[in-house]
Amino acid sequence: MFFTLGSWHQLGCALHRAPEPVNLAWEMGGPLLQVEGLRTYFATRAGMMRAVDGVDLAVEQGRTLGLVGESGCGKTVTSLSVMRLIDAPGRIEPGSRIMFEGKDLATATEDELREVRGNEISMIFQEPMTSLNPVYTVGDQIAEAVRLHQGLGQRSALDRAIEMLKLVGIPSPERRVKDYPHQMSGGMRQRVMIAMALCCDPKLLIADEPTTALDVTIQAQILELMKELRDRLGMAIMLITHDLGVVAEMADEVAVMYAGRVVETGPVEAIFNSPQHPYTEALLQSIPVLGMTQAEPLRVIRGMVPSPTSWPAGCRFASRCDYATDRCREEDPPLFATDGQQRSACWLCEHGPRPTAVVT
Amino acid sequence: MSAAVAEQLPGTPILEATGLRTYFPIRRGVLQRTVGHVRAVDGVDLSVMPGETLGLVGESGCGKSTLGRTLLRLIPATAGEVRFEGRDVLSLGGAGLKALRRDMQIIFQDPVGSLDPRMTVRQIVGEGLATHHLGSGRERSTRIREILDRVGLRPEAAGRYPHEFSGGQRQRIGIARALVLQPKLVVADEPVSALDVSIQSQVLNLLVELKREFHLTYLFVAHNLAVVGYISDRIAVMYLGKVVELAPAADLYKRPLHPYTVALLSAIPVPKPGRKRERIVLKGDVPSPIDPPSGCRFRTRCPIARDVCAEVEPPLELKPQGHLAACHFAGEAPSP
Repeated sequence: MFFTLGSWHQLGCALHRAPEPVNLAWEMGGPLLQVEGLRTYFATRAGMMRAVDGVDLAVEQGRTLGLVGESGCGKTVTSLSVMRLIDAPGRIEPGSRIMFEGKDLATATEDELREVRGNEISMIFQEPMTSLNPVYTVGDQIAEAVRLHQGLGQRSALDRAIEMLKLVGIPSPERRVKDYPHQMSGGMRQRVMIAMALCCDPKLLIADEPTTALDVTIQAQILELMKELRDRLGMAIMLITHDLGVVAEMADEVAVMYAGRVVETGPVEAIFNSPQHPYTEALLQSIPVLGMTQAEPLRVIRGMVPSPTSWPAGCRFASRCDYATDRCREEDPPLFATDGQQRSACWLCEHGPRPTAVVT
Repeated sequence: MSAAVAEQLPGTPILEATGLRTYFPIRRGVLQRTVGHVRAVDGVDLSVMPGETLGLVGESGCGKSTLGRTLLRLIPATAGEVRFEGRDVLSLGGAGLKALRRDMQIIFQDPVGSLDPRMTVRQIVGEGLATHHLGSGRERSTRIREILDRVGLRPEAAGRYPHEFSGGQRQRIGIARALVLQPKLVVADEPVSALDVSIQSQVLNLLVELKREFHLTYLFVAHNLAVVGYISDRIAVMYLGKVVELAPAADLYKRPLHPYTVALLSAIPVPKPGRKRERIVLKGDVPSPIDPPSGCRFRTRCPIARDVCAEVEPPLELKPQGHLAACHFAGEAPSP
């Protein structure tokens, strides 16, 4: 093979399973994935780019975590770090913990990773065209994963591919299995990506902007499909997106990222109805919602995201925040518990929920 | 049809298109013979009133950008007529065309690709002034400074190159370039699609302010219905090269008549968690504009299509519910 089979080749080919050490916390019903203090840095000519700089998050079994943020906030690097798909000059810094079913993926060996990637954790990407290999049929690409991870023969792997295409709602799958990616539309290709990601019954699906490249009516189809499959197969999803509408619709929990950190996390209703972090609040107020008119000006977040090569001291949002005080510019706020499961990295939340939080 | 549009709107339109078609030939083989046409815009009648913002929405490939560019004569039309303040846009030439270009400007989607990386901001913004021989060197500099200030860029920006700016700032440069000639009509082609949400609101607010200040008319092309609805007075919904519904913005949201509009509205994810709603999920993909379906183009995906839809193409006409729609059974699609 002169070319990797899409993203799949990277995602691995475990042939057998080694006995796994059992982690008690996980056995006790802890989260499926728990990321603690994740730092992923890139050594560039412009300096050390601290793309992900101390991320904590958890995905519970069978639940959907929405990871939201604007471009450059580190959400994609976070997801690639979970899969350990960071190439030089990038590096997951020592001290980062990525606990998946009791194993620390941050320190796992390549062999151990191969068993997890594409099998227990799989991933779908934003651009289905560039994530599929143009010179293989979609059937071959799905079958490859099944053969490698589940040890099926070519014929039964192809049968499984057809079954998967049927599952994701591709009409006449027996015929379409022989199609090349360019013969399909964008929505169909994304369905193929989903089929490929789900063919090994993963416990966690990482979906990085799965519908961003699609039109709204096609996006609606894909979101419906993901919801249906999630309910049917019971997997957990980490959904990365910048679209707050998609998050509201899909997620159970939300983590809002800003400048390489999680600044707020909590149940989806809480995040949307009483955002505690000023950034979350501003983000929610800055999007036009159906039915709004230009009579009401949109909230503007002034300025720009700081550069990852030189994050400012103190709170990274301080320079754009309407509530910032001197303390914010000097001291870095940790995540404070506000209400129930909600946590916010803002000094205003130091003693519980912020009184001024506005419901949009 | 055009009569129907006029009926709805008092006054004289600033821009009027009648039966506008833009086809792109498909060439094959050694001799590059034309074997077919992509019918990007296939019979559009549209009026833009002075001072309004007309939103043009639709999914990718529906012809909205091509329509915007054909109206500006950046792409040659295949058939039809475009009038701008009474001038025949499609047949103008020489000085007439040049004068017309001053009045009609465009803001592009991609703030990276639409700015020449080897020109400074001063050259980019001032190019139009130079082309039209407006003012002396000093007057031009003043004008450039003024417009940069107005779009929220510092005077030092004039000497810099596009790569030194962020996406939002580059879009401001594009806006300054479009407005420096004091045009009457601005076609904004997905001006905020490439921007992050927090930057998007900055640019949208700016466009609204500038419109009031300079008495502009906008043709706002975008795929995001919430954004289009926010900024537009009227909205035209396009599907496969045709306008299928045209209505005042508020009306379109409250009473969508065309089943495509109904589906499009229901497909948008709303940032309100826990809001359960029935969504109309359209089946399949948009058919090819090379060989659109007979009759109504939407019938292959339409939840309420009947036999007549395959035979008779529904015209865009004024419906009893108060606005224009191109559907035999307008208003019959159940709204979720």
